[in-house]
Amino acid sequence: MKYMTETIVLAVGAFLALLGAAFAQDKLFEAHMWVLFFVLLASTLVMVRRVSFAPAVAVASSSGDEGYFDDVIKYGVIATVFWGVVGFLVGVVIALQLAFPDLNIEPWLNFGRTRPLHTSAVIFAFGGNALIATSFYVVQRTSRARLFGGNLGWFVFWGYQLFIVMAATGYLLGITQGREYAEPEWYVDLWLTVVWVAYLIAFLGTIMTRKEPHIYVANWFFLSFIVTVAMLHIVNNLAVPVSFLGVKSYSAFSGVQDALTQWWYGHNAVGFFLTAGFLGMMYYFVPKQVNRPVYSYRLSIIHFWALIFMYIWAGPHHLHYTALPDWAQTLGMVFSIMLWMPSWGGMINGLMTLSGAWDKIRTDPIVRMMVMAIAFYGMATFEGPMMSIKSVNSLSHYTDWTIGHVHSGALGWNGLITFGAIYFLVPKLWKRERLYSIRMVNWHFWLATLGIVVYAAVMWVAGIQQGLMWREYDEQGFLVYSFAETVAAMFPYYVLRAVGGGLFLLGALIMAYNVTMTILGYQRDEAPIPGAAPALQPAE
Amino acid sequence: METYTAMRHFADSWGLLGMTLFFLAVVVFTLRPGGRKAAERAAEIPLKED
Repeated sequence: MKYMTETIVLAVGAFLALLGAAFAQDKLFEAHMWVLFFVLLASTLVMVRRVSFAPAVAVASSSGDEGYFDDVIKYGVIATVFWGVVGFLVGVVIALQLAFPDLNIEPWLNFGRTRPLHTSAVIFAFGGNALIATSFYVVQRTSRARLFGGNLGWFVFWGYQLFIVMAATGYLLGITQGREYAEPEWYVDLWLTVVWVAYLIAFLGTIMTRKEPHIYVANWFFLSFIVTVAMLHIVNNLAVPVSFLGVKSYSAFSGVQDALTQWWYGHNAVGFFLTAGFLGMMYYFVPKQVNRPVYSYRLSIIHFWALIFMYIWAGPHHLHYTALPDWAQTLGMVFSIMLWMPSWGGMINGLMTLSGAWDKIRTDPIVRMMVMAIAFYGMATFEGPMMSIKSVNSLSHYTDWTIGHVHSGALGWNGLITFGAIYFLVPKLWKRERLYSIRMVNWHFWLATLGIVVYAAVMWVAGIQQGLMWREYDEQGFLVYSFAETVAAMFPYYVLRAVGGGLFLLGALIMAYNVTMTILGYQRDEAPIPGAAPALQPAE
Repeated sequence: METYTAMRHFADSWGLLGMTLFFLAVVVFTLRPGGRKAAERAAEIPLKED
């Protein structure tokens, strides 16, 4: 019988959530357990309709357990598009909240609650689903083996969605442990740990059962991302709950150790979640889309080792001019600057993969998207080390320049490489001849690029102005501007930022439409991209 | 000696040396004579099928 165990586990889970709500120590935990109860109850009902009572042998032979396990990847691609649109939408909303404070609707939609909703939605929901889906796709193809663990892939996918729902609803309810990019409280953290270990087993198991002797470099990047994120997540979230059925917990660290732990986590979330994992995507999807091997495989190996050896030390640059010991600040700065080399090595490797096929930038909008992603990877990894230099940081820290930097990396690098991977995957997974519309990809490319440029440029101006206003003294040694004046001066930039974000969101909506129509099996009747027709073959 | 101090001393002496040597060994191994052939074969892995 299929799905019987899963259904029972879900039903028991729903019942436990109900008990959690009944015996909760505080109102917030009670509310959160009600959310969990209804989510698990709905999941149980869906599963009950799917339970198959046919004998196990008959089920196994008809369920298509041969070949690659692609169903979970299809779900992952849809989830990536869905959470992407949600995350970008919340981003535009909070951008408008900063420009027009009246949009802070108390209590659930305050900026303080919607901001972690946005960061987690784009990083963990959009980025995380993209990473899980693409890593499952890549590891199966490059290992020539089916995903390890049978239905474990399904557990990873749905378990991760449950984490997202619990995290998101928690933020809106006001549940937070106040750690950047790790806001969910202890019980949600524990759940993510379980899901992540299952992810590691599925991924590593596939590598161990591979039929290809060599482990392709993309898998090294994916594996380092999974292992490091597990380590970061566990250490950063070491905490003692106040009660067994309550939301509140206290960190195992205190003072400056706690601050450093948080930024060791925070910066390596950037380094291993948003960089190593996405480099895994780059090293597979760029060669596939341009149909050429990576420029230098040996450079990619050195890129890998240099990146993971250096990134882990860069976190202290978030704590310049704080109580953190000076030597630790300098260490963070020096490693951040050294990190420039592997980053640019990787960028050059990605870009040069196109050598001999540069015309594809003109004729293939998906290649164009990937190239722009790599270009933004290069720009963001140049800007980052520069901002980590103490004297630059004294101007840029706490200003909107940082926000601009983060977004040129996140929208430009992570966003565009993910869109490229999605456009590559959808026709492949659903066995369509091509996308619904190639021209819409072009529209998406330009809207996204324009949106990022507007966003980043505006935040540079805003950030530098802000930094200069904060540090301006008159001849008698008094500060020239009050803080409120520096906030008021930001208004036009905040409006323009919302415009840039809006353009990016519009591009994502076009993608959602394009992907939906492709999945439904339509092809738009459109003129081909000039020059994209297959080159004429010489007569034989 | 305190655990923290002991670990700290290990980290900035033998630990640091060990990691540096490991990293250099990786670079040397990757660039070894004859490594090019193996690397070129590995680079073809994604292009072998679909």
